[in-house]
Amino acid sequence: MSIDYTSKIPNNVNLGEDRTLQRALEHWLPNYLDWWGDMGPTGSQNFDVYLRTATSTTPDGWAHFGHVKMPDYRWGIFLAAPEADRKINFGEHKGEAAWQEVPGEHRANLRRIIVTQGDTEPASVEQQRHLGKTAPSQYDLRNLFQVNVEEGRHLWAMVYLLHKHFGRDGREEAEALLERRSGDADNPRILGAFNEETPDWLAFFMFTYFTDRDGKFQLNALAESGFDPLARTTKFMLTEEAHHMFVGESGVSRVIQRTCEVMKATGLEDPAELRKHGVIDLPTLQRYLNFHYSVTIDLFGADQSSNAAIFYSSGLKGRYEETKRDDDHLLKGGSYRILDVKDGTLVEREVPMLNALNEVLRDDFIKDSAGGVARWNKVIEKAGLAFRLTLPHKAFNRHIGTFAGLRVSPDGRVLSEAEWAANVDQWLATESDRAYVASLMGRVVDTGRYANWIAPPAIGINKQPVDFEYVRFN
Amino acid sequence: MSSEAVVIIVKQHLIDPEVCIRCNTCEETCPVDAITHDGRNYVVDAAKCNACYACISPCPTGSIDHWLPVAKTRPFTLEEQFGWDELPSEDEARRRSAAAANEPGGAGRDDATGASAAGATAALAVATDATVGDDDDAEPPQHNAAVSPSSTRPPWSAAHPYLHLHTLKKPVVATVAGNFRLTAPEAESDVRHIVLDLGTHFLPLLEGQSVGVIPPGVDANGKPHYLRMYSVASPRSGEREGYNNLSLTVKRVVADYDGKPVRGVASNYLCDLQRGDTVQLTGPFGDRFLMPNHAGSNILMVCTGTGSAPMRAMTEYRRRFMVAGKPVGGKLMLFFGARNAQELPYFGPLTKLPPELMDTTFAFSRTPGQPRAYVQDRMRERSRDLVELLRGDTCVYICGLKGMETGVLDALRDACITAGVDWPALHRRLIDEGRFHVETY
Repeated sequence: MSIDYTSKIPNNVNLGEDRTLQRALEHWLPNYLDWWGDMGPTGSQNFDVYLRTATSTTPDGWAHFGHVKMPDYRWGIFLAAPEADRKINFGEHKGEAAWQEVPGEHRANLRRIIVTQGDTEPASVEQQRHLGKTAPSQYDLRNLFQVNVEEGRHLWAMVYLLHKHFGRDGREEAEALLERRSGDADNPRILGAFNEETPDWLAFFMFTYFTDRDGKFQLNALAESGFDPLARTTKFMLTEEAHHMFVGESGVSRVIQRTCEVMKATGLEDPAELRKHGVIDLPTLQRYLNFHYSVTIDLFGADQSSNAAIFYSSGLKGRYEETKRDDDHLLKGGSYRILDVKDGTLVEREVPMLNALNEVLRDDFIKDSAGGVARWNKVIEKAGLAFRLTLPHKAFNRHIGTFAGLRVSPDGRVLSEAEWAANVDQWLATESDRAYVASLMGRVVDTGRYANWIAPPAIGINKQPVDFEYVRFN
Repeated sequence: MSSEAVVIIVKQHLIDPEVCIRCNTCEETCPVDAITHDGRNYVVDAAKCNACYACISPCPTGSIDHWLPVAKTRPFTLEEQFGWDELPSEDEARRRSAAAANEPGGAGRDDATGASAAGATAALAVATDATVGDDDDAEPPQHNAAVSPSSTRPPWSAAHPYLHLHTLKKPVVATVAGNFRLTAPEAESDVRHIVLDLGTHFLPLLEGQSVGVIPPGVDANGKPHYLRMYSVASPRSGEREGYNNLSLTVKRVVADYDGKPVRGVASNYLCDLQRGDTVQLTGPFGDRFLMPNHAGSNILMVCTGTGSAPMRAMTEYRRRFMVAGKPVGGKLMLFFGARNAQELPYFGPLTKLPPELMDTTFAFSRTPGQPRAYVQDRMRERSRDLVELLRGDTCVYICGLKGMETGVLDALRDACITAGVDWPALHRRLIDEGRFHVETY
């Protein structure tokens, strides 16, 4: 007996008309649900959560709010509306019609791009699966679960592409996406940052601010792809990704706000004294920031990469806002200044633009990240306090690319191993920082209550009040 | 600047920079490219925003959903918004509006000719181009100015609308198939019935939906004109049954509020079109002001001037059913106001409709030798029939000049109270059930 999964899967890809694809997804879906049961948010199966579900890609169709049980969440498959006569906008195929099917010669590279992107989606669900037990409020719990179900949907989006366009290889890759595990020594997730732990809510907020922003930039680059189904899928994913970054930016902002409130009320600045009041001191926040920022910019890959050049020239992956840029979109003669190490100091060096595309995307990310940090500083400034958060130097704490293994301070000085060892505790969150933050993580379940270490949000979800019953625990 | 200058207050759409995370979703979503950004803030161009709400639900933060009262002729400029660290309070916005009234070249009504501060010029261009207006009023239809509550969803049996298929960047090109004057030759106002052929383009429209028209050329600042919204006057099956065409009801705007000569950019462009000319369209827009389709559903329509466009579309849709021998069974009741019979769009065709299809009452405010009558006066005269209809399975549609809104609402309330019907409860139910729609300008 076959179950009609198409009725369960909201989609705008005429799923019901493609029997082969439908059968493939019928095989994959139970495995996905098993994975969600095993690796999804712990202890959440019976909650009614106020979630946003997309039912179409039009502005009025993709944000339907209501209380749903998460195992019953309707993970849909949505591609943004097709653009008539879309062309490939960059690389050697520039000007040709965008591909609706995978071109044979780019099949392996495209599959690799899709699998790498797809792998991050379940990875972050795994990284965050225990956070529900220590949520600082129903509002935050709801936001966590929203992020989780949408990461799940993004996995669906990538699996759809694999099943639809990559035949047997694609189906095997789709299975493998459910088999790798974040942090597993034997079968880890593909990218480093997705094997790190997300042990507490400050880490979660930093992760959604920085690491999901990497997602934003990667998705933006893929939304320019000459492979039209990938472009349309990622374009719609971006709309949801925005919520994840909102959770991060507003989460950190609320932590800062609460700390500033206590600093003002008590007149205290000493972290040790502030900790007695149960809030997260700003230097600790800075150390978390340093860690998540540096781990995330590693995700953009090596600063010089022939793969990046190939992906670009063959029209598979563009730059951020490719079509808004004013150049030839071929980049053959162009150059780009990147940082390098020479005789123990950091120097700028010109390299061919095509090989530096990872660095270009990383620099766009850095610019975007700085905006939010400036807004966090506004909160501190408004409280009349002198402390300011900063982004550490690009070369700080890097493990991929030219700076891997190099010791660089947050302000960009190349250090000896001894200098690094003597100061690293001031720059990166220490065991005791993490233990302290962990000690604050108690679960707040009462409607409208917020943990002491975080301020309530300025505004609720979907115009609901901040004391709305976002989660019914049943 | 006369001392009697009246400040027209509108709600300006703005983004809260403290809550916004600069995710670009709104800019990506906006069908009319009204949202832009710099390194600091995301901002809304008052001259372009048509309050279609497409950006509201996709915004992850809620920062998008802010509306501040401003003098219409002096909205917050993009430069002002770029400079904000926080949103001004409602009080600050009101104080600013009050100040605008006293400025030379400020926000008085009689300033609506365009001689204003550079930052406000663009917004003024909208204000002076009444695309659907009566002589008494030169307000734009872009912004639903209704002050009374209106349903935020259509009735349950509404057909499912298509939305935002064609954007400013990718409009469709329609061809003018006809341009007919609806008002009598001797009448002062020139209201046109314009038929546009869509060829093979896909622009499906339901009664009550709108299209955007992009006038060719550039404005005084050398910038392209932004689009103007027009309700379609044709039913979903086309102006001519089975043809891929639509019709618009357009009044030529030649004067502003105070009778000073002003040529409405879009309305004059449209009214002057010749058969065979082409027009750039966007849309469809609108997912609320839609008609019920189930058997036995009644429709109460109240309109003035070119507010009749959606009513004409709905009426024509039901008429075609009747002609085909498949009547839907519900009652139609129309209250229609204009200055006089010569200036009432569709007066001739309306009077020819069989009474079993629609119960029509006209109200003329400027018929020589007769007392001025407004739609609400006629509604009061027929309050018993009104209540009878409201007791049934009825959807209410009110469209036209802002000036009539309060009067019409009062007439409905008084009719109910007199008949012993709990109006507040009924009103609430109508709104909740998608059965009470108000669009004024």
